[in-house]
Order: sequence, then C-alpha cells, then structure tokens
Amino acid sequence: MNCLLCHSPYNPIANWRQLLFLEDFDVLCPRCRGAFQLIDGRLCEMCGRSLEESAPSICADCLDWEEDERWRGVLAKNRSVYVYNEWMKEVIALWKFRGDYVVAEAFRQPLTAVFRRDFGSGWQLVPIPLSAERLHERGFNQAEALARLLPLPSVPWLARKHSEKQSKKSRRERLETDNPFFLSGHPPINGKRIVLIDDIYTTGVTVRHAARVLLEAGAAEVGSLTLVRA
Amino acid sequence: MYILPSSVASPLVSWLNGQRLLREQLPFPDEDIAAAVQAGLLHEQPGLIKTARAWRCVRCGNDDPHLFASFPCARCGSDCTYCRKCLVMGRIGTCTRLVHAALLLPSERYEAPFTWDGELSAAQAEAAQAVCQAVLDRSELTVWAVCGAGKTEILFPAIAAALENGERVCLATPRIDVVRELAPRFRQAFPRVPLAVWHGGSEERGRIAPLVLSTTHQLLRAYRAFDVMIIDEVDAFPYSVEPMLEYAASQARKEQSSLIYLTATPSRVWQLDIRRGRRNAAVIPARYHGCPLPVPAFEWCGNWRKRLERGRLPQNVLAWVLRRLEQGKQAFLFVPRIDELEAVTRLLQRVNPTIVGVHAEAPDRAEHVQAFRDGRVPLLVTTTILERGVTVPNIDVAVLGAEDRIFTESALVQIAGRVGRHAAFPDGDVRFFHHGKTNAMVRARRHILRMNEEAKKRGLLRR
Ligand SMILES: [Zn+2]
Ligand SMILES: [Zn+2]
Ligand SMILES: [Zn+2]
Ligand SMILES: [Zn+2]
Repeated sequence: MNCLLCHSPYNPIANWRQLLFLEDFDVLCPRCRGAFQLIDGRLCEMCGRSLEESAPSICADCLDWEEDERWRGVLAKNRSVYVYNEWMKEVIALWKFRGDYVVAEAFRQPLTAVFRRDFGSGWQLVPIPLSAERLHERGFNQAEALARLLPLPSVPWLARKHSEKQSKKSRRERLETDNPFFLSGHPPINGKRIVLIDDIYTTGVTVRHAARVLLEAGAAEVGSLTLVRA
Repeated sequence: MYILPSSVASPLVSWLNGQRLLREQLPFPDEDIAAAVQAGLLHEQPGLIKTARAWRCVRCGNDDPHLFASFPCARCGSDCTYCRKCLVMGRIGTCTRLVHAALLLPSERYEAPFTWDGELSAAQAEAAQAVCQAVLDRSELTVWAVCGAGKTEILFPAIAAALENGERVCLATPRIDVVRELAPRFRQAFPRVPLAVWHGGSEERGRIAPLVLSTTHQLLRAYRAFDVMIIDEVDAFPYSVEPMLEYAASQARKEQSSLIYLTATPSRVWQLDIRRGRRNAAVIPARYHGCPLPVPAFEWCGNWRKRLERGRLPQNVLAWVLRRLEQGKQAFLFVPRIDELEAVTRLLQRVNPTIVGVHAEAPDRAEHVQAFRDGRVPLLVTTTILERGVTVPNIDVAVLGAEDRIFTESALVQIAGRVGRHAAFPDGDVRFFHHGKTNAMVRARRHILRMNEEAKKRGLLRR
C-alpha cells in the first residue's frame, strides 16, 4: 500500500491481531503517523490542552473565560486530538487550503477514539459551519468532513454570516463583534446535549459563539471536539 | 492561426495570453468570461476526462487511479473526483473547467539579442549547430552531454536566432534551484530581452515573455505558448524525469515547435535509439576542459548492512574515508537510505566530529552544504545529489551499497559525474563499494568508458 500523505510504499499490517480481528489498518506510513503528536497526560478540564502535572486543573486561558460572567459555563468542555506542531500545520494546509479532502481519512481512527472517550452516543454532532461564500470558495467544509468520520450522523443546525478573516483582529475585538452564527431553520434543539465539531481550537471564541446560539435556543449542554488544540 | 493586434483583443484575452487556468482563477466577472467564451475568444475544456481505467487530468496528465480522490462538492452538490497530483496549482475536479485564449498575442522581434563573449569548445560548437538546426526546422533533438560538458552555453546561439525571429522560448526543469541558478546567466546573455522566471515563489509566474524559465509545476499554466521548448533534466537524480514534465511540455509548446532535451543520462531505450539513429541526437562525450571522465572502481565490501547493525563499517570503506581525511581531500559518501545515512554518519563522527550527514528533506541541508562548500566539512554523507551548484573543485566520491536498487545506471553516472569537473583538478577517485555487483553498476561503468572512447575517437580529449 502507498501512504496517503507521502505516497511511499509501506506495510499497513502491523500485527496479527489486526488481521484476526479485522481492525482497520492505518492509511499512513509509520513515519508520517509518527510525526503527529497526540495530546495526552493531564488535561485542562475545560479546553483539553495538556498541562504540567503540578498545574491547577484549569489553565489560565480558561480561567479568563470562566471569570467573565457573560461567558461562564457557555462551553461545557473542549477536547482535541492532536498538538498543533509544524507537521500538523503542513498537513492542515494541504487538506484545508489546497483542498485535498481525502487527507481527512488519516484522522478517522484517532478522532473516533477521542469522541468515544470524552463524549459518546448521548451527544448530538453539529459541525461548525462556513459562510456560503467561504464554502463555495473551498468546495467543502472541513468541520463537516471531520464530523462525517464519526460513527453518528451530524446535523446542520447552524449557519454562518460572512465576515472578514478572523485572524486580523485581537481576541477582544473578536469577542465584541457580532456573533457570526445563527440557527439554520427551526431545529429540535430543546434539551439536547450538543458537541460542536471543528478543526482547530485556538482561543475558543468560535465554539463559544456557536455554543451561545444553541444554548439560547434551548440546548441543555454544549461541548466541542476539535482535531487540533493550538 | 489569425492573430489579432493586441489593441483590439479584449482585456481577458491579453490577460490570459498563453495560459490555461481554472475558470475560477480568472479575476474577471463571470458574465465577461461567459461572453468571451460565447464569442469564441476563449475556449473551455473539462478539467478531468473519464478513461477506461479511471480519470485523466487534462492539466497535468495524471491517470494513476491512486492519485484521484472524491469529495462531496459544495459547488456542484454532488460527489466530485479531483486530481491529487497538481493540487498546488488549485484543485481541479470533475466540475471545474479549464480556460485558455483562442488566440495568442504576437511576440516582438529582438535584433541581435545576444551578448556573450565566452567561447565554445569544439564539441560544444558542434552541438550548438545541431540545436540551431532543430530550432530552424521545428524538430526534436536530444542533446546527450556528459556531466560537466557545459550544456547551457550550447543553447545560446539557437535561442538568439529564435528571439530574432520573434519566437518564444521556454526552458523547463524539474528543479527549482536550477531555475534560480540559470536566471542570472540568461539575463546576462540576453540583457535586452524580457525574461520571466516561473516557480512557486515567484510573482511573475504565468506571465508570458519571450524567454521563460520554469519548474515542472508552473509549466502546467502554459498552453500552446512556446515555439522552442527546452527540457533540462540535469541532475534529476535520484528520480528520472517525472512524466508530468513531459506532459506539461507537450501542452505548453505550440503544435509547430521545436523540442530540445538536455540530458546527461538518457534512459536505456533512448541510448539504444540514439545509437541506431532512430532518435535525432547531438552527443557531447567530453567535458569542456577536455579531460576524460573519471572511471568508477568497484570494491566488494561484504554484508555492510549487517556490520552497520553491529555498529561497524566495512574495513575498506573506513580505510577509504581515513585516507581522504589524512590527505585533507574533501569527499562525498553516498548511502542508499536515510536511516543508513544516520547510522554511518554517527560512526564516522567518532573518527572526525566535523563530518556531517545530509539528505534531501533535511531542514538544515542548505547550511551543511554551504559548510561543505566552504571547506569546513571534510566529508559529507548523503543520499542524493544535493544541488547542481555543489561542484566542489577537488573531490573524491564513494558509494556504500552501490548494489542497492536506488542506484540505477543514471544515478551512478550522475554520482561519478561529481568528480573532476574543474579544469584545475580534472581527476579524482570514484569508488563503488558493494555487496554483489549489479547490472546497473556495470552499465554505468560501460556508459562512462564509451563516452571517453568516443571523445577520444572524435579528437576531443587534450590528453
Ligand atoms: Zn507517509
Ligand atoms: Zn484550558
Ligand atoms: Zn492534475
Ligand atoms: Zn463539484
């Protein structure tokens, strides 16, 4: 078989167990797989980033959020799969910006594992949407591509207004600006536990904006699952 | 083809001039594009074509089923197949369309465009004459020139003639460093002629000029634009020219145009065709300095992989390295794989800590290469020919594991070709350490011997 990323040939069967129990084999060669770094060890209870053993149970960024009464409790928790290292930056560039959709296959197994560990079948999947303009430009929504990897159906309950690129603004400005998300139609949200799906958790603004819209519409609880914790 | 004067052509046509791009990449309103297509000023093509096996990408020629994938496309609302091979140039899928102008704007003529006062060797002059003839006849020619023959200068007279005729010339190569290195040399030789350099990082990529230097990928932008197409595959080691470059060149050149291949190591089929006169070729068997090519010596070194696992190098290999260190002569040591490179480098660093190992993807590669060039590194362990510019004047070369499949005939000829390039130091040691002689090794040696014989027969050697 050839590696999905570097295209070099490799042996996908790592052991007999895999053959006997028909486990999925890896679509990446060991070199490419090994270049991703899983988030493990002790996690921030809120945002899921890794913490030193001696650190308090919540990181400083999350403390800021929880001390702000407008945002306290809006997001139940975030969990992410991988660290945002140089390799991940390259792979994201290929997948999201160059548009190599099939690269998402490399995330199926690890994303599913984290979903099962930290959420599970009691949660409803909602991908973070793109604006219509961005969706047209890119051809696909990367958050939806991730949601499709999970063993539960996802629902398009949110939509997004087109706004200028986020990265140009400061955190403060981004917080003050209008929430870009709104409900798409009249989804049956009442009392639901919802997990938002996105590619990257950076400051946590995006998922909180989305969570607020869902909570105001009656959701019981909103968490998020992202591929990367930047 | 009827050619409109540029003042009459629509801005779309003059903007697109000679390029074939995805429709969504054109910075014009969709209505304008549609109107131009309607009026026959622009032609549209599907991006992918269905074949018996799977698909073919019209832009890059890829038809390997493994290099296509599909996705739920938000633009057309269905599952779109796309080409994974040329993604760098913008994703091309079943619902994307390629657009090119129906007409090409004319190019200017340049009077006496050429200011080069160098001199061609007898062998170079002969080949230059053949290139001129091919350009005149709009035919195909292979220039088979040994490593260090001085290939670039051979092109100058023919390029000058083409520019005087108002023709467009493109030189394409798989390697970006070759494009970067050639640009100043071409600017110097043709100072009054606009030159466009196309690579991933250049602003002028895609801009049609009388003279264009391009990498493989960027050449995919051009369509039926050039009268003279030169494919330079120098030192493409260890990979032979990607089929993509062939395809890109076939699309970028006009139907009536000349096609010149520059190569030091043609494939076996090509060598045979050239020998039998079935392929039009100019052979330059001698280096510009007129000394014969150093011939590789073979030396058996036992099961070196096993020794390496035990943390040792074969005796004779170690002795070869120690000898160079003693003499203070710089050397390359080639090994087949990256993990072996790391192991060998670690062992040699015990002998001399300034020895370094570098492979093609190593992030600090440029630094190490510079250190080697400056003479601060006595020996460089490597898996690949690093850069064309790495011609250290006085150098020896050894291959450890020359029997490995990665060392093809052409790879070995290229490796041997590193040695003795400078007129002041035309000799040097080329040694293939092996655990069982291969056909590739024998053919590489025979290749070099034949070139030396022919050079002698044609009176091109000074000694
Ligand atoms: Zn790989
Ligand atoms: Zn946190
Ligand atoms: Zn393609
Ligand atoms: Zn489509």
